[in-house]
Amino acid sequence: MVPTLAGVVLLIFFLFKFFGGDPAEILAGQVATQEQIESIRRQLGLDQPWWVQLWIFVKQIVSFDFGKSWMTNEQVSNIFASRLPASLTVMVPILVLEVCLAIPLAMTVAYYRGTLIDRTIVIICVLAMSVSFLVYVIVGQYIFAFRLGWFPVQGWSDSFWKNLTTYAPLPIILATMVSLAPQTRLYRTFFLDEIGHDYVRTARAKGLDERRIMFTHVLRNALIPILTYVALLLPGIFAGAFLIEIFFSIPGLGREIYLAVNRSDYPVIQAVTVYLAALTMVINLVTDVLYKFVDPRVVLR
Amino acid sequence: MAAVAQTVAVEPAERSQGVWAAAWTRLKQDRIGVVCLGVVTAFMVLILLSAVGLVAGGWQLEKGVPYANPSFLGDQPNIESQAVDLAAPKGPPVDISDIDPLAPRYGEWNKRAAEIQVSSPPRADTLPFGGDRWGRDVLAKAVKGAQISIFVGVFAALLATLIGTVLGATAGYFGGRAGDFLEWVYNVFTAIPGILLIFAFAAVVGRGIDTVILILGLTGWTGIYRLVRAEYIKHTSREYVRAAQAIGASHASRMFVHILPNVGHVVLVQLSLLVVSFIKSEVILSFLGLGVPIEMVSWGTMLAEAQTELVIGKWWQLTAATLFMAVFLTAFSLLTDALRDALDPKLR
Repeated sequence: MVPTLAGVVLLIFFLFKFFGGDPAEILAGQVATQEQIESIRRQLGLDQPWWVQLWIFVKQIVSFDFGKSWMTNEQVSNIFASRLPASLTVMVPILVLEVCLAIPLAMTVAYYRGTLIDRTIVIICVLAMSVSFLVYVIVGQYIFAFRLGWFPVQGWSDSFWKNLTTYAPLPIILATMVSLAPQTRLYRTFFLDEIGHDYVRTARAKGLDERRIMFTHVLRNALIPILTYVALLLPGIFAGAFLIEIFFSIPGLGREIYLAVNRSDYPVIQAVTVYLAALTMVINLVTDVLYKFVDPRVVLR
Repeated sequence: MAAVAQTVAVEPAERSQGVWAAAWTRLKQDRIGVVCLGVVTAFMVLILLSAVGLVAGGWQLEKGVPYANPSFLGDQPNIESQAVDLAAPKGPPVDISDIDPLAPRYGEWNKRAAEIQVSSPPRADTLPFGGDRWGRDVLAKAVKGAQISIFVGVFAALLATLIGTVLGATAGYFGGRAGDFLEWVYNVFTAIPGILLIFAFAAVVGRGIDTVILILGLTGWTGIYRLVRAEYIKHTSREYVRAAQAIGASHASRMFVHILPNVGHVVLVQLSLLVVSFIKSEVILSFLGLGVPIEMVSWGTMLAEAQTELVIGKWWQLTAATLFMAVFLTAFSLLTDALRDALDPKLR
């Protein structure tokens, strides 16, 4: 984990150092004298050799002090603190809903495998996955918010409950609908793998009813690969909904990164990338430990 | 499948079918696969024609009135196109020549302007599938957009496959220090959530088709690396590779002449999966303004324009881009599935 994190830091550092524009020129703006640029360069330590700059970068990461955003002068730590709740308000319900809907759907499809229902749903899934995510959001926002007026077109407030009940439902519904198709398709293969096993035949042979076979035997085993996949999705809850956040002007972390990219706001991009990578690794570690509880066969080394 | 087995059994003297020929035989039996192959081929021909300028060469021409109606909806009112004509001021013209500092020069400018010939071609009221804000043909735009989007998707996938295969082959074949180092690189790239990695790359490089290909290729190689590495670990100790070593084949020869053809099917399936996902990514990047430059058109930039058009009821650009994209990606995805089934040695 430590070498990987070091690698992430190195990758981000060298990416911005050697391929990015000169920070001093970006900061100084279009009209700046050579002296101003030089002075900014001195302030940021850009006149130092690269290893000193790397050391400054590492110190910033360890001390959680990335300074201020270049464009808005907001503390980077403050950006994290104020944007993360909005992202989580949208993403956590999306993740919970899509997993809870996709599992029963996939189980049904897998149970009727090979029949017309199965083929139809699989083809619908492929078709649904081929339409860009953007189209669903554009059309959904147009119909449900603009035309029918069931939801506000966009917006956000300071109160958590108002957000969750007024502003978040449409983004949550749209995002869930979109991710349902690929997840159903994937979970179907997990269920099919399990249904083909001998223990299912044994259970049938001893006369268990189908419901019991599906819900207690198959579901429990299929949950293991499903959990692996959900664990892969989990880090996405911090910035994964960036498109949703941009469309509905939700002041979340994903939208913040997008704005930072457009403004060449390097400290924000660097900070978000490094910290989210670290967070991702922690989550992966935690899920590895959780495996032990889901599947007793797993041995942690 | 039975037919293949029979021919081999009946005529043992004849050379048995190679893996690719066998796969082709199986693919031809898959009806959905054949249809999808046809659709994908049709698209490829279309974008080739569009690339050489035979089709949709004039997508930038403003052929119709702004927001021209589709031909099949020709009688619908089109208020937005008339709004341009109504812009002339009402009331008597006010003479301000005594205070206008530019007044003495108007005569000279008018004379110079008269020397330049301006031709404004007649604008059609309707276009086959409607027009956009500038009266450009949406159908031509969708074809041109298909060219750019598919081009970006295919080349980015080729780049990612190249990186993934070479690194995966190196890591799997040599193992040891080189393998550990590449594993570390892989871990670093996968530790950063995908979209953040793309954004970080997009932040430092400029805008343009080549940079989109570069961004997607440099961030998307990890999946293919993993699979190729696993295949190479499996194959390196096999007998045919050791036999090749015995007759003096070099490392490079063993890696790419002997082993690569045997893992080619894995690479091919991954390549086509990448094409689908990269086209989707390109569309999103272009929509956000991080993708193709402004003077080009891709499905993503069409969708970006369509968002505002939809509000005033002009749905055709959205429909055209969505239909083209959905048909191509569905056909390509189903073709990939058929290909995977055809190449799967276990199903033989």
